[in-house]
Amino acid sequence: MPTLAHYLIVSGLLFAIGLGGVLLRRNILIIFMGLELMLNAANLSLVAFSRFNLLADGMPNYNGQVLVFFIITVAAAEVAVGLAIIVALFRAKQTTHVEDLNTLKF
Amino acid sequence: MQLALFSIFSLLMLAFALGVILLRNPVSCAMSLVMSFVALAAVFVTLDAYFIAVVQVLVYAGAVMVLFLFIIMLLDLREEKRRRVRLSAWVGGGLVVGGFLSALTQVITALPALDVVKPVVSHPMANDVALVGFALFRNFNLPFQIIGVLLLVSTVGVVLLSKKELK
Repeated sequence: MPTLAHYLIVSGLLFAIGLGGVLLRRNILIIFMGLELMLNAANLSLVAFSRFNLLADGMPNYNGQVLVFFIITVAAAEVAVGLAIIVALFRAKQTTHVEDLNTLKF
Repeated sequence: MQLALFSIFSLLMLAFALGVILLRNPVSCAMSLVMSFVALAAVFVTLDAYFIAVVQVLVYAGAVMVLFLFIIMLLDLREEKRRRVRLSAWVGGGLVVGGFLSALTQVITALPALDVVKPVVSHPMANDVALVGFALFRNFNLPFQIIGVLLLVSTVGVVLLSKKELK
């Protein structure tokens, strides 16, 4: 049987992969995908905590799953707004490469 | 059996997540992201979170990824050609990620309370959707309404951002 530590380690690995994508990739769309991976890692640990922490009546703690529901909703809204910003950026600069976007660079 | 299913789907999820950050073609990245989300939904099923698994497939693997692919098509992104390997970026990123992972493993191995087997639920056949719905509409009614307003605001914002000329 998988233990809570297994789930947390998998969640941490997923978060690390997403963080690596955000730090190492230079395409702004791939950076955005890395952000999604990190959000999903948080969701996985929340669901794991909800399942492993039973309430007094022996049922999972559904508050964690409600929080995951909210995170998924906010992530969907965030993706819509972020992609609209990327399209506006592409219209202005004709690039999705973050190193070409150096207007604010000191 | 449970451990086998958990291991298969987590390894699939992590492998496809690695594909997202390692592949050069944006379309392949988006496709491996879809597979990663579907495998994560399967991991949710091993945690008896059926409602969240279905929502994950519908919202993430469905809506969000269609949006990503649509934008990739709209911007006509090609495979990245320029491969300027910047050593400092890779070393810095590797250090941050490695430090995070080592700190995390330290914490997880140091806490024996995390080494627990999944407890048995009292009603294994209980209606998962109904129970999440009760929690959502009884205890979290106000946040639920606020989320609705957030979705409306983001819809209006996207329409405004996508206009040709902002006035």
